[in-house]
Amino acid sequence: MRLVTSLAKWLDARLQLGSTIRETAEHAVPRETASWFYVFGSAAFVVFLLQIVTGILLALIYVPSAGEAWNSLQALNHNVPLGWYIRALHGWGSNFMVAIVLIHMVQVFLFGAYKYPRELTWIVGVFLLLVTLGMAFTGQVLRFDQDAYWGLGIGASIASRVPVLGPSVVHLLLGGPIIAGTTLSRFFALHVFVVPGLLIAFVTVHLLMVIKLGINEWPVPGRLVRKATYEKEYHELTKKDGLPFVPGAIWKDLFFSAFVLLSIAGCAYYFGPFGPSGPPDPTIIQTAPRPDFFFLWLYAVLSFLPPSMETPVLLIGPVLIILALLLLPFIFGEGEKSWRRRPIAVLTILLVAVSLTAFTQLGEHTPWSPVMDAWSGVPISKDLLHNRTALERQGALVFQVKQCHNCHSLGDEGGKRGPALDAVALRLTQDQLIRQVIQGGGNMPAYGKNLSPAETTALVAFLETLHPAGQRPAQDASRSVVLGENTAADASNPR
Amino acid sequence: MTLPKDLTRREIFVKVGIVLNSIVGVILAVPILRYILSPIARERSKSDDSWVALGELQQFPSGETRLATYRNPVVNPSDGQTADIACWVRNINGKTFQVFAVNCAHLGCPVRWFPQSGLFMCPCHGGAYYQDGSRASGPPERGLFQYDYKIEGARLLIKAGQLPTPGQPSQASNLVREIRPCA
Repeated sequence: MRLVTSLAKWLDARLQLGSTIRETAEHAVPRETASWFYVFGSAAFVVFLLQIVTGILLALIYVPSAGEAWNSLQALNHNVPLGWYIRALHGWGSNFMVAIVLIHMVQVFLFGAYKYPRELTWIVGVFLLLVTLGMAFTGQVLRFDQDAYWGLGIGASIASRVPVLGPSVVHLLLGGPIIAGTTLSRFFALHVFVVPGLLIAFVTVHLLMVIKLGINEWPVPGRLVRKATYEKEYHELTKKDGLPFVPGAIWKDLFFSAFVLLSIAGCAYYFGPFGPSGPPDPTIIQTAPRPDFFFLWLYAVLSFLPPSMETPVLLIGPVLIILALLLLPFIFGEGEKSWRRRPIAVLTILLVAVSLTAFTQLGEHTPWSPVMDAWSGVPISKDLLHNRTALERQGALVFQVKQCHNCHSLGDEGGKRGPALDAVALRLTQDQLIRQVIQGGGNMPAYGKNLSPAETTALVAFLETLHPAGQRPAQDASRSVVLGENTAADASNPR
Repeated sequence: MTLPKDLTRREIFVKVGIVLNSIVGVILAVPILRYILSPIARERSKSDDSWVALGELQQFPSGETRLATYRNPVVNPSDGQTADIACWVRNINGKTFQVFAVNCAHLGCPVRWFPQSGLFMCPCHGGAYYQDGSRASGPPERGLFQYDYKIEGARLLIKAGQLPTPGQPSQASNLVREIRPCA
């Protein structure tokens, strides 16, 4: 013990850091900030440390070459002892880090911590969110599989829409004319050197400001922030009712960080690593690429935007969002901090949360994508074919063979791209069905060139049987009058 | 030369030192920037596109659309499989061809050909194209990207070398007019 003490004394005599560290550790913080609401920032930092450690461990095996990366991931998963677990820790650590950074941001926003004098702390925090997302995206690219390859294609397609500079931006992003070796190399450099470097720099400034300016006090409804008096009030608060950060507040940070690390370890053990999916071979086109969890919402948004809106929204939207986040502390730098008296702030958070959740949920199910194998893999239920004429059954065959099932569901099976057809005969008359099939429209391709008249007749005959029992299918009332036909016969007996 | 009284010799040296470092910084910035921007310089020179063979004509039966693959004309040693690119070859009538990029004109996902319904479908956001590559439905703003092609002897060649993206200036010959159903 004496040896340790004398060694510490020897070091401190030369480093001269002991008193600074002690002062920082024991600086007074407002008593109420020793709260479970104030643990997310430190937890994000601890997860970042885990990411550094596991990232270095992965770099021992990973080969950042387009020809070898996928194989080295397979080796990590299957050949290197516990390689799969380190990959799983890094992957789950990434998800937890994004989640905790978002929660931290919501807490800071709702507690008004971005107000005077912590505007710059918030701004650096916004940059930290961006670089965290940057780490998540570039990390997804390093898992160089099919999703990564086509994900890069999506990134390039978005970047190419920049006016005038688009093609140059694409070449700069990919490091060449196609997605290939140089692309992976530059994303490796970004993920391992550039973005973590920025992250460390921003975290340092962020922490320094938290220490220098003091942690945001617990917001009390009615206690308003005024630039003229805030610092004096904060100083009095910590003096009157403060406690040293160590050990007064830090034990909750330590407990929560341990809990988070344990959760990551548990998820990594239980769910295992993410991918890699198929090899990054562009000639394998039987793939439906999907981004990682935290980008699914964007994937969903991209499929719902009308074509004409897409480029403006893609290029201007992010700029506006980031600008709004950066300007927030300057527009609302003073006044009420408590979320109890800031209904618009609460509603904003709720709106964003509900939107992101809904889009993520949609991104999980991709109802806008055709189910590519429904025509061959999802049979029509027997009930729909029972007691049908030969023509109607032939129509059901056309329905399958011509891939209608890829976009239209029957009995909740098949694609959701187009409307479900379980009751289509109630909505469309025979003539309308024929017109819709042949001419398409309303986001449906025209099948006129790919269906013979006989096939169209059969298909429409089948579609006309699709209505709930006991409800009459739609009929053109004028038709029977004009043609002098019997309406009942008309419904079951298409020309 | 007379010096202002408040400037000592050392202060001047500091300023000269800063100027010297700035000059060296600018000198170093030129090669560094040219290195970083080299992919753009190559793009400007259009040196990436060249004619590559897709194979014998008999591989592409008349009236059918088949998947073909080629090795990108510019290959780096570390490219591995990523330099193998796929494309769809449509033999219209034995003499006229259309060669489409597999990349959807929306966001670049690989489209698949369904000969039964005569459609290309995209698995990502549901874009669909007719057999001639024109837009049928979904989010794409235009038809599929097409490669220029030529026939040499019994071989089909295309001009390739770039990832086709929606922002590229489209060549007039490659534009497929959209076939709109009359309402």
